[in-house]
Amino acid sequence: MRRIVITGMGVVTPIGNSVEEFKQALFSGKNGIAKITKFDTEDSKYQLAGEIKHLDPAEKLGKPFVRRNDPFTQYAVIAADEAMAQSGLNADAEKGEVNIDSERMGVCFGSGIGGIETLCADHTNLLEKGMKKVSPFFVTKMIYNIAAGNLAIRYKANATCTAVSTACATGATAIGEGYRTILHDYADVMICGGSEAGVLPLTVAGFGNCQALTDNTDPETACRPFDKNRDGFVMAEGAGVIILEEYEHAKQRGANIIAEICGYGSTCDAHHVTAPDPEAKQVARAFLQAIPEELKNLDCEKIYVNAHGTSTPLNDKTETKALKNAFGEEQAKRLHISSTKSMTGHMLGATGTVEAIAAVLALTENTIPPTIHYAEPDPECDLNYTPNQAVKTPVELALSSNLGFGGHNAVLAFRKI
Amino acid sequence: MVQERIIELLAEATATDAAEITADTAFADLGIDSLDLTEMAMQLEEEFGIELEMKPEIDTVGKLTEVVESLKG
Repeated sequence: MRRIVITGMGVVTPIGNSVEEFKQALFSGKNGIAKITKFDTEDSKYQLAGEIKHLDPAEKLGKPFVRRNDPFTQYAVIAADEAMAQSGLNADAEKGEVNIDSERMGVCFGSGIGGIETLCADHTNLLEKGMKKVSPFFVTKMIYNIAAGNLAIRYKANATCTAVSTACATGATAIGEGYRTILHDYADVMICGGSEAGVLPLTVAGFGNCQALTDNTDPETACRPFDKNRDGFVMAEGAGVIILEEYEHAKQRGANIIAEICGYGSTCDAHHVTAPDPEAKQVARAFLQAIPEELKNLDCEKIYVNAHGTSTPLNDKTETKALKNAFGEEQAKRLHISSTKSMTGHMLGATGTVEAIAAVLALTENTIPPTIHYAEPDPECDLNYTPNQAVKTPVELALSSNLGFGGHNAVLAFRKI
Repeated sequence: MVQERIIELLAEATATDAAEITADTAFADLGIDSLDLTEMAMQLEEEFGIELEMKPEIDTVGKLTEVVESLKG
């Protein structure tokens, strides 16, 4: 059986625009949630978001690229450039010595929504100025697969290029499907991840009106996963990219191997479009699918779970139940769990990849990132969520779970190599 | 004035130094595609109050300048 490892990672997040910066923020419990600056929130009940700050895409990508691409693609490429640089992979003879066959390198990259900033801007053009004023770049900026397409073009990835969407599980599903692509020998390298740039009046109103967002206006308490007083998530934006590579291929070229991806669980609640199945049976099954047979009896004290932990009343208690179903009531209490959304907010389609990277960092650094803003325990959420302070402890298995509208459940498993 | 504006728009779209673009510069040599040209045409229509149809034979800065000049009268 082919083994698959990680040889590169890159992020754009509300708490850091490189993996190093993100890592420091993650372990020190930095809060990336603040008042929305991208639009006037005077009429909005919802005042907060995790926005990307201190990032100049034009400086990194050049003005022509930025003009022709939606922010969701810009974030994707910035994160992917970091990950590809770290991997040392090159499939393009024009860029120097080739160390991967371009027909053995692919892309699996998603977004929860796609180029919605472009959609909103051109729809306004249409209504105000007529059909002739819709930009010729509208389609190629907006369509949801175009971040994936741009990554394939940029790095010359000919093996396969697909865009997946499983709402808030997208970033995890993309990694999982990329993992299977290498596992089943369709490629040796996969550029995987998710991106989102959707903090806009339309989306905030939409998520708000479907009662998913908190209307708390205090950035220090709004996103408090697993806390008794949690009352909704905080939208955020960002991107994450993970380079997956077949183990022997990585070893042969002397690559820096970060960790092994050792499992992927993918199930569906098939229950309701927004609400999780209260029995949490399918989430539990996704956890069990992801854990390799030989680690099924690992002491839970050695396991880190980066929970989806959105800070909505339903998600957090259902996820708690799923963990108990999967590991058993007593063992589940020994797990190290946290929701890093308490720091980043909910990056929708990007969140699964960024959180997978947080899980990998917890594994390699033997440090559990905290759930910040945690104050009051909830009797229905009675596990160890690593409140407010990072914890140093040996980690042997790191799991990252993400659950999306539509009932999508994705769990990834990572171990040291 | 029309030519200066066309050069300005092209320089911006391609991140090229405006001083390097002349009447003889072919669009193909700037590495831009039909989407960039359509966008520039839309911009020129708005600024000069004209209806401009981009055709393959309008392939240099000079030719486009002539067409825009004649349309705006």
